[in-house]
Amino acid sequence: MIPATTKQNIQVKPRKYHNKFRFKNGLIGWAFISIATVMICIFYFYPMVQALILSFKSGAGTNLQFVGLDNYLRLFTDPTFIAALKNTVIYLIIQVPIMIILAMLISVLLNNKKLKLKGFFRTAIFLPCITSLVAYSVVFKYLFATDGIINKMLINVSLISEPIQWLTDPFWAKVTIIIAITWRWTGYNMIFYLSALQNVDHSIYEAAKIDGANAFQQFFKITIPMLKPIILFTSITSTIGTLQLFDEVMNITKGGPGTATLTISQYIYNLSFKYTPDFGYAATVSYAVVIMIVFFSILQFKAAGDKNA
Amino acid sequence: MHKIKRMFIYMILSIFAIISIFPFIWMIVSTTNKSVDVTKGRLLPGTHLVENLQNLFSTVDLVPALINSAIISIATTILSLIIASLAGYGFEIYRSKTKDVVFNILLLSMMIPFAALMIPLFRMFGTISQIAPGIGIDTLISAMLPSVTTAFLIFFFRQNTKMFPRALLEAGRIDGLTELGVFFRIYVPTMKTTYAAAAIITFMASWNNYLWPLVVLQSPENHTIPLLISNLGSSNSPDFGIIMTTIVIATLPTALIFFLLQRHFVAGMMGSVK
Repeated sequence: MIPATTKQNIQVKPRKYHNKFRFKNGLIGWAFISIATVMICIFYFYPMVQALILSFKSGAGTNLQFVGLDNYLRLFTDPTFIAALKNTVIYLIIQVPIMIILAMLISVLLNNKKLKLKGFFRTAIFLPCITSLVAYSVVFKYLFATDGIINKMLINVSLISEPIQWLTDPFWAKVTIIIAITWRWTGYNMIFYLSALQNVDHSIYEAAKIDGANAFQQFFKITIPMLKPIILFTSITSTIGTLQLFDEVMNITKGGPGTATLTISQYIYNLSFKYTPDFGYAATVSYAVVIMIVFFSILQFKAAGDKNA
Repeated sequence: MHKIKRMFIYMILSIFAIISIFPFIWMIVSTTNKSVDVTKGRLLPGTHLVENLQNLFSTVDLVPALINSAIISIATTILSLIIASLAGYGFEIYRSKTKDVVFNILLLSMMIPFAALMIPLFRMFGTISQIAPGIGIDTLISAMLPSVTTAFLIFFFRQNTKMFPRALLEAGRIDGLTELGVFFRIYVPTMKTTYAAAAIITFMASWNNYLWPLVVLQSPENHTIPLLISNLGSSNSPDFGIIMTTIVIATLPTALIFFLLQRHFVAGMMGSVK
């Protein structure tokens, strides 16, 4: 993910231009990157600093006053924030591993050379990625309605006798969100594993077979170590995505019932645009997300071992 | 034994494929059914497609939303590609230690969650509204400006520029092209596939963007497709036939891009781990 870890074979030839040209050349280089740099500063770094300043202020609307660390202390006693944090962590520790394991499993099955209809399976499983988050969320909301088609099908095959309250029961509402996200993103992650698997040299497996390794040993001793960088990449991107979860929850359950599915992003939105706006406290909550993203990213890098993962 | 194993693999893959496709089938079938039938869970095609389309166009402002989404997505894509490719090229071709530091700082912006930017950006555009209402809150420009430049796309172009043959560059210089001339006359045509992949990523992201437009586009005539669908989905007396038809129409552009440009599509995604 970070460019410094990729192969950089480009050799910079020592040029013997005189200084004036080098200076001019340098300026042209800066000109090329100037627009992008200015734009990122205006639309990312400047707001980021503004949010930090805001997080020490409080008040309704534009009437903001410095309150020091009050907002940060409020986080610890705010039941809605704690509920949103809990939900987000639940999504994270349940959904991300399920999805990564599924993506890996499917890609290993698809990587079989003798498999027919490979293209069909790959396209079908990737297809959810073409939908917009809002569109698929609305579809899932109706699929999982109490009188919806999922309940009807489950009753028809006698898996359940009573319809499940997918959207209105606190437990099942979380399950619905997890199912929805898994449906949308498994195929996306699968593509990364597939392309990594295609780069694995088949002779390694041949050698392992000769040494008497069975399929499980091959998977855990060869495939998993080979896929380590991709596992790291997909878990970091999925973690960052989950910590920012908004569209799905907003459109499937609106965070409800109560605060059972509320996410931090949605709470920030509610604090700023739904309730009486408290931009200061909302900014504090958003910094909690920043801290979590940094924390989890470092954690995953550590868990994956050294830097050459 | 081998046969059983293979059967088993086909079975698992088929189950996943069916789960992945099922919502699409239901969605498409539902465009041809009445609202009542959709709620009953009818899975057979009906005869109400024309009726749904007529109701859709008479009750929902689909066309203005499509136009808004198209304007925002196309403009964002064009601007993003120009800005990001200039920068990616600049960082790689005119490489220096200081620029590498700047590059790494820009990459940090990928870690910033949008939720943290949303409030300051909203306040920023509020201030802009007082000076220049044309680009302030509730304008299409305000909906696209924050997403026009992403560190990811700069990174993507820089990675791909590593594969750009430098001999071409020298040849252009010897032919008397200016540095900008080399970029537009030689680099851009050579890197067509990179541009195609980048265009797909950017267009999709922009077409599907929800949170920022939700915050900044308040008047209904400025609504984009995701906002329209979200509103339809949360209405108290939803007509499911109409909603499903809207969703299918809204998904068509991205579906077309996917099926026509599948190779570039995947190349675009993989760009991030190259």
